[in-house]
Amino acid sequence: MKFLRKIFDNAHAKLNKSEKTKKFFPLVDSVDTLMFTPNHTTKGGAHIRDGIDLKRTMMFVILALIPCLLFGMYNVGYQHVLANAEAADWTNVDMFLHGAWRVLPFVVVSYAVGLGVEFIFAIKNGHAVQEGYLVSGMLIPLIMPIDTPLWMVAFAVVFGVVIGKEVFGGTGMNVLNVALTTRAFAFFAYPTSMSGNNVWVSGFSDLKAAGNLNVDAVSGATPLGDLASFAQDEPAYSTLDGFIDNGNSLMDAFWGLYPGSIGETSVFAILLGGVFLLMTGIASWRVMFSFFAGGLAMALVLNQVAGEDVYMQLPAMHQLMYGGFFFGMVFMITDPVTAAQTNSGKFIYGALAGILGILIRIVNPAYPEGIMLAILIANVCAPLIDHMVISGNIKRRLKRVKTA
Amino acid sequence: MSKSIKIRKGLDIRIKGDADRSSVEAPLSSTYAIKPTDFHGLVPKLLKKVGEPVKAGTPIFQDKYREEIKFVSPVSGKVQEIKRGAKRKILEVIIEADKDISYEENSPVDIASIDRDKAKEILLASGLWPFIKMRPIDIVANYTDTPKSIFISGFDSSPLAPDYDYLLHTRDKEFQAGIDILNKLTDGKVNLQLRAKGGADAAFTQVKKVVANKVDGVHPAGNVGPQIHQIDPISKGEVIWTVNAQDVAIIGKYLLTGKYDASKLVALTGSEATNRKYYKVIIGANASDVFTGNTKTDNVRYISGNVLTGSQIEADGYIGFYDSQLTVVPEGNEYKFFLTSGWLGLGFKKLSNNSAYPSKVLGPKKFDVDTNLNGEERAFVVTGEYEKVFPFDIYPVHLVKSVIINDIDGMEKLGIYEVAPEDFALCEFVCTSKINSQEIIRKGLDVIHSECM
Repeated sequence: MKFLRKIFDNAHAKLNKSEKTKKFFPLVDSVDTLMFTPNHTTKGGAHIRDGIDLKRTMMFVILALIPCLLFGMYNVGYQHVLANAEAADWTNVDMFLHGAWRVLPFVVVSYAVGLGVEFIFAIKNGHAVQEGYLVSGMLIPLIMPIDTPLWMVAFAVVFGVVIGKEVFGGTGMNVLNVALTTRAFAFFAYPTSMSGNNVWVSGFSDLKAAGNLNVDAVSGATPLGDLASFAQDEPAYSTLDGFIDNGNSLMDAFWGLYPGSIGETSVFAILLGGVFLLMTGIASWRVMFSFFAGGLAMALVLNQVAGEDVYMQLPAMHQLMYGGFFFGMVFMITDPVTAAQTNSGKFIYGALAGILGILIRIVNPAYPEGIMLAILIANVCAPLIDHMVISGNIKRRLKRVKTA
Repeated sequence: MSKSIKIRKGLDIRIKGDADRSSVEAPLSSTYAIKPTDFHGLVPKLLKKVGEPVKAGTPIFQDKYREEIKFVSPVSGKVQEIKRGAKRKILEVIIEADKDISYEENSPVDIASIDRDKAKEILLASGLWPFIKMRPIDIVANYTDTPKSIFISGFDSSPLAPDYDYLLHTRDKEFQAGIDILNKLTDGKVNLQLRAKGGADAAFTQVKKVVANKVDGVHPAGNVGPQIHQIDPISKGEVIWTVNAQDVAIIGKYLLTGKYDASKLVALTGSEATNRKYYKVIIGANASDVFTGNTKTDNVRYISGNVLTGSQIEADGYIGFYDSQLTVVPEGNEYKFFLTSGWLGLGFKKLSNNSAYPSKVLGPKKFDVDTNLNGEERAFVVTGEYEKVFPFDIYPVHLVKSVIINDIDGMEKLGIYEVAPEDFALCEFVCTSKINSQEIIRKGLDVIHSECM
């Protein structure tokens, strides 16, 4: 490692020679600190420090996302095969490779554009690049429909990073979840590429145009899209049982081989990451638990009031398995910067997002995916929730003075 | 009305380098120093010039704004040097010591017969007053205040802490005399906190005129901050005084003998120290007497105090006024490759309160920790980690943030009157973003001191 160390030391020495090159310090520094924990020692205050740092914290979230990423790649290929009449003889490996070939460009674009923006701000403001985008950069590809054009992803990332984060002061200062801001921008700016029935299966539109589509087997819609269609004039299925029996059982939903955003479909893969995050203490169990409880409670309530509404009749657990609910629970709502910061506030915050998410999804079928909006709304409410919790604490302290 | 409390939130930092329970008499240093920097916020006014002779107990400087508070020479000799720093700030007043100590002779004090004003007068004139600190603000107490109670912790729970039972062993009478005079200073109680589990030395258990409270739990159980918070919390306008247990005995000794004999035990601790035991020294002693020949390597950090709240000193620096401990830990000034010992390694040897390292369950029983920051300073990102080690009904991160933006109203509401920098030491230790919260809280207290008191 001495060899590597020398390269960085030389690079720093060269940069430091003139004022002009000095401002590019963040570039070298960020790669350097990625490869080496720096030799900084404590100055003032506690002389020894905990081994944890933000890089490790962020990297652990990325590790937790790997099952989703790998499963997403496989599922992209799997859905493509289902839809492509000419791909019937593809093996599992072929499916995975197809998926990887389609998904990796998303990852590359997301990181290249996002980190590019971060570097520009770091150089301009003369600070080190903070690690926040490492996680956002991996989340963004996983919540995009596979057929979203890459230029849209790039635009959305620029919007998400600049408006979602940098205008507030960068990592740690943002009000809204960066990845969801990015997705919300794409969702509202390019609705036809972010929703509907043509974007969830790799190459769907091209297959349709070329006449190679397995029309009988594949509609291209997500299960939530199918469910939402119950409220419309021409539902995809005539009854709820018809929907469930057609490859949409609870366990099907759990394993996640159905069309959807790249990484959000498999509850199994998501929970692998979730367990890892809980065990390492990176994600807050309070938020996760209350989000789940809130969503489940709302779904149960809607079950009770369903009446003739087929969509509402879908059993609560089954309802939660679809869409971004679990992905949001493990990776989005737990973002500590945009969540409530007080321990009791976290319960309220998570529950609020869970309740709103299912409510928006079911009661307003115009947005088959309500989780994104619900989490963004909860983000906005988080400071208010904290304010209430802290006011309680302040009042308790003041009361002590009066009684004494 | 003694209370029994439990500190649930906190962290016992398990590092190598305990001191054995045996003591040696350190040789008399050739130089001693009283450091005005040990007393936060103090502006010293010198009373002796370089070359002037002093005795043990002779005032050498006083507080410029509270002139009754005198700081006395711990030994006899002559003023050798006044060491100054930037803007001519006085850093150390160094005394060249005689071979034999001669004392300012005063008559012993009959504590039973004196009143509060007389007690204050004695403590102020004899240079014992600086041992008494006040909460809030955590500075030398104001003699015009009457505290609602006085707190003395009978044990230290900080990393590698000296054993107070050993420090106070056989000093029963002196400790009692100190307690007696402290009782004169308050209308309330003198509270002495002892560990709930395990016995304590007779000096603590037999002492009278105190309320002995039991404290159970993890560090910072031994800090007066959380003890006060649970037993007799401070609201705005209230004052509590605190004294270190060993300093109570020093006060007591003066009262019994009429001489300022500031000898005490300090523990030499830390993984890089050898001959780790207790050394009998006089306050302000040159630490080189203890360090010389007792450290393993040169690339070490010398700390007067413990690793959380102590101050860095040179190998030939002077022991801090309030400290009963010297710690030597390795410096961590080297790069660490990220996969091996750096930020993404398995980290079995890395001490952490975070489950992202296996150390909590799988690591060694005691860790060897250096002074590397283990990362870089960042904005607050992770939440909830301060709360795990902060046993107050206060929101620590919000308090720190209110100080950063200098929001005085916010600080008051969020509980700044109840905390001292040392109470944030564990928060600083566990902080993922490596924020120096002790320093921030100190700034906040300074603002409150100048604006609100």
